[in-house]
Amino acid sequence: MPRVLIVEDDPDVRKAVQLGLRHQGHDVLAAETGEEGLEQLGPFRPDVVVLDLMLPGMSGLDVCRRIRHRDQVPIIMVTAKGDDIDVVVGLEAGADDYVVKPVQARVLDARIRAVLRRQDASVSGAVRPRAESHGQLVIDRAGLVVTYRGEPVALAPSELRLLLTLSASPGQVFSRQQLLEAVWEHSYYGDVRLVDACVKRLRGKLGELGGDPRYIQTVRGFGYRFGSP
Amino acid sequence: MASALSAGAVAFREARTGVLQQSQDSVIRQFRTSVDAVVVDIPPAPSRSHLQKAVHQVLRANQSQGWRVLATYGSLRAYAPHADFDMLSPELRRSVDTTRAAVFQRVNADGRPYLVVGMPVTYNSGEGTESRLSGMVMYLVVPQATEQAYVEAMVSAIEHATLVALGLAVVLALLAASGVLRPVRALRRATRRMAEGHLDVRLVVNGSDELADLSRSFNHMAAALDLSVAELRRLEAQARRFVADVSHELRTPLAAMSAVTDVLDASAPHLNRDAGEALRLISEGTSRLSVLVNDLMEISRFDAGAAELSLDEIDLAEFVQRTLAARGWRGRVETHLPRPGTLRTRVDPRRLDVVMANLLGNALRHGAPPVRLAIGVRQERADMAWAVIEVTDNGPGITEEAMPHIFERFYKASTTRTRSESSGLGLAIAAENVHLHGGRISAANRPGGGAAFTVELPLQTDIAAADHDFTAGAR
Repeated sequence: MPRVLIVEDDPDVRKAVQLGLRHQGHDVLAAETGEEGLEQLGPFRPDVVVLDLMLPGMSGLDVCRRIRHRDQVPIIMVTAKGDDIDVVVGLEAGADDYVVKPVQARVLDARIRAVLRRQDASVSGAVRPRAESHGQLVIDRAGLVVTYRGEPVALAPSELRLLLTLSASPGQVFSRQQLLEAVWEHSYYGDVRLVDACVKRLRGKLGELGGDPRYIQTVRGFGYRFGSP
Repeated sequence: MASALSAGAVAFREARTGVLQQSQDSVIRQFRTSVDAVVVDIPPAPSRSHLQKAVHQVLRANQSQGWRVLATYGSLRAYAPHADFDMLSPELRRSVDTTRAAVFQRVNADGRPYLVVGMPVTYNSGEGTESRLSGMVMYLVVPQATEQAYVEAMVSAIEHATLVALGLAVVLALLAASGVLRPVRALRRATRRMAEGHLDVRLVVNGSDELADLSRSFNHMAAALDLSVAELRRLEAQARRFVADVSHELRTPLAAMSAVTDVLDASAPHLNRDAGEALRLISEGTSRLSVLVNDLMEISRFDAGAAELSLDEIDLAEFVQRTLAARGWRGRVETHLPRPGTLRTRVDPRRLDVVMANLLGNALRHGAPPVRLAIGVRQERADMAWAVIEVTDNGPGITEEAMPHIFERFYKASTTRTRSESSGLGLAIAAENVHLHGGRISAANRPGGGAAFTVELPLQTDIAAADHDFTAGAR
């Protein structure tokens, strides 16, 4: 039974989502505020966090950043706004997926399962024993540890999967759609923004935001490829 | 100004003629009087001394006027004060010989004007009879320097007067022009700027003439227009905000409702018939409301100018196949697509997906099979090509009265559709998305029956144009 932590300020929505997800067979804990959500993170040890973006007090974005700071738990952002810019900002803050309100419990359940499946897949799929090094970047596929300049890099599940997918075939160009399917398992065109936001985050963590990226290169009009220096 | 000049010219000519005529008349009159006084003492066949005496008498009677007098009788000639009679033209002599009246001529010699008068001496035989030529003729040559000087003085006076008047006129004209033209020009500029949408233009009003009145009226109009446009904009913005706020507020209860529809759906079969039916209706209504709210949010994003294009170069044929597959429409739509890899263009895939889903969904819902999807290319100019996407069906088509409103919000082509699952915003959103791409969308009825929706997108395959990260503002 996956444990889901819901952070949602509206009592009706909180209760309804809790009810809906329980009905889908999840073990659900609901937090009213971002602060409470952060507090519950340790004792409850959720498998996934469903985070409302608009919260009183500490905003969903802040909560997302705080969680990312100390935990690699997958985060699904629930946004009432759904404007492109809100989605992109949310994804760049470290969310692994997002859904726009109103959302059916069935859809949310599917997203949660997908996120969890991907996380399992990264672990079980990493059968290659050896750590590869690409310049100062070392990717240990067995231990799922990425180090850059000797320092371990904390990567969110989707970032890790993106990096693993790209670096598996250095030089090969992946379209955004391919990456979307490989990393997020979405089968429609809707959310190439996920890819772009995730690439941006990954570049940030590899210290190559300004100027010319060495590792994750943009191929204009097509997608991305991994460059091994 | 031209009329002033020509009036001046006419007046000058009149005056000149007047001056000359008058001096001429007075000279001729004077001469005739003198001659009449002299000829009384002249015998019918005068000798040279008679003639000489007559000449002297005439000169004496008209001293110090620069006269030169000549008297002739046959071949006899007498003159005074000297013999310079070159300007006596033969024509004059001949005409004097034949007429009984004085003949005169104006002559210019060495640049100086002279009046030459020929006066035949006649006899009156008695009352009622014709006068008879005596054969004696007296000639007079008078320099007309004085008159010339008059005329010249007049000319220069007129010249001066005209120049001054002209200068004055020009200055006045310029003043008048700047007084009239400048405000008119300012008015023209202001109206043009206003037409361009700058409603804050105002004119500087000075003076109290008609132009100032006009400028004042213009300012009043501009202010009134500005006010009402601002009011309209405020109302429009308010309406838009209202739509956005309402749809946003609807979201929270809807989020709670749609999260539990599955629970309801699962419970419905275990309840009695009425309760089960009631639950099913609530569940359906909730999903329909969700679609409506999502569409409203999308529309209000367009209204707020927050819709952004996120362009990516994709293969159109492959793309529409995915759209069909994602919605399970593959078997229900006939496709006529270019071979994969032959038609690539830069679009926002998410937005184009919305457009295609709307058009195909409409055709499947309201039209009759077969629903066809065709993609082609239309070359407009050498440097301008369009991807043409056409969705057709075999249904009843679109009614004439619906045609102009088909892309309007909440317009539902037939009343039977009002209970369909569409929100009435689908085509409006599709149109907005197409326009955001710089494309066109149109609806028509096919000759054989059925509706045809055509989307034309400008073909952009310039890979170097921009990275995917580039996003263009909606407005």
